[in-house]
Amino acid sequence: MVRSAWRPAALVDRRPETATATTLVLQAQDWPGHLPGQHVDVRLTAEDGYQASRSYSIAAPTDGDRIEVTVQRLENGEVSPFLADDLAVDDEVELRGPLGGWFVWRPEQREPVLLVAGGSGIVPLMSMIRVRAGTSRAPFRLIYSVRSPADRIYAAELRRRSAEDGGLDVAWVHTRVAPENDPRPPGRLTPDDLAAHGWPPDFEPTVYVCGPTGFVESVAAMLLATGHDATRIRTERFGGA
Amino acid sequence: MPIITRGFRGHRSGDDERLPPGQYLTHDFPVLSTGPTPLIPPEEWSFTVTTETGVRHEWSWTDLMTLPAEEVTVDLHCVTRWSKLDTAWRGVSLDVLLEDVETVADYALVHSHGGYTTNLPLEDLLDGQAWVAFEYDGDALTSEHGGPARLLVPHLYLWKSAKWVRGIDLLLEDDPGFWEQLGYHEYGDPWREQRYQGD
Repeated sequence: MVRSAWRPAALVDRRPETATATTLVLQAQDWPGHLPGQHVDVRLTAEDGYQASRSYSIAAPTDGDRIEVTVQRLENGEVSPFLADDLAVDDEVELRGPLGGWFVWRPEQREPVLLVAGGSGIVPLMSMIRVRAGTSRAPFRLIYSVRSPADRIYAAELRRRSAEDGGLDVAWVHTRVAPENDPRPPGRLTPDDLAAHGWPPDFEPTVYVCGPTGFVESVAAMLLATGHDATRIRTERFGGA
Repeated sequence: MPIITRGFRGHRSGDDERLPPGQYLTHDFPVLSTGPTPLIPPEEWSFTVTTETGVRHEWSWTDLMTLPAEEVTVDLHCVTRWSKLDTAWRGVSLDVLLEDVETVADYALVHSHGGYTTNLPLEDLLDGQAWVAFEYDGDALTSEHGGPARLLVPHLYLWKSAKWVRGIDLLLEDDPGFWEQLGYHEYGDPWREQRYQGD
């Protein structure tokens, strides 16, 4: 199922998303394609043979041998600052994947979908939104929690997609600083936010929740408390280093 | 030959000899689960071993507390590449739980509350290699880390250490668990870097 080879991949483009998040477009050899929600291992090798590898969510649909990842720069991180700041066009890394077969959305799925993102947890969910746009009419709702407007990744594209597509609703939750005209005061995501912008449990949506551990724990508990079935809630947490 | 990434140097920690290949050191305790965290009160928790002939051995929480527990300090290695050294646990050895279980099975399929499963050879649960753990770092195990009790099999990648453990089926033939059906390695030895099928 997972082919084990590391594939060389060269950076072909980079795009800043926020002050701390950067999208890297990599050209791999013989990429087998992937599902939205899957991730890839990235391996860096130093000149003396020292290696470091990390997993990153894939941000965009299969496009030949091109793979997009969005890297959130972690202070004192070993790999993310290098990828976000130093890796230059034509520089090479190695990739392995695609990986993960659980936190995925398949275009054959017909049911409503609720996506709940915290911070850079938007990345695998954005891949689902981008794939859906060309392949499915399943209704999607996204609730995206960020600290401040400046921390929104893919903000312009999300605004455009939701304006053009009646099947995609996007709601923002700002935890520290809200935009001036936002009637919602800044604060953590609440059950009211989920009720206002999610799906009622009896619509039987599949829910994908991705973000830091505390965020995911809290959202998943709220979903259960409002009657969503545990078997339809899929989570991906990132924590620690 | 791996490709050299121009300009990459990396950070190097002093504990490299205790890190399996491809792992990095963390001092946090990250949480990885596929769904919501089940909240299981200890009085509703039980642990059942079912043999290949269908014989069931069941322990309630109270039963578990009366068994001899051990304190163990072990290193954890997660397939998502973090390792955490010197973690302190308290739990009941599987040697104790399986002592009176008659079986000729070679395989085990571990079940959790919430539906998660993982498989491993029965011999990897024996001889001081595995515990049903209920304390971490001196405190009751929190639900997000698998409380009230989880399996602890630290010599394999951490997905084998099933959180919210509720039972083990002993089997004559191997039966792949949740991640093992999704492309992850059958056995998962971190020192041989058995992350994915075919490693």
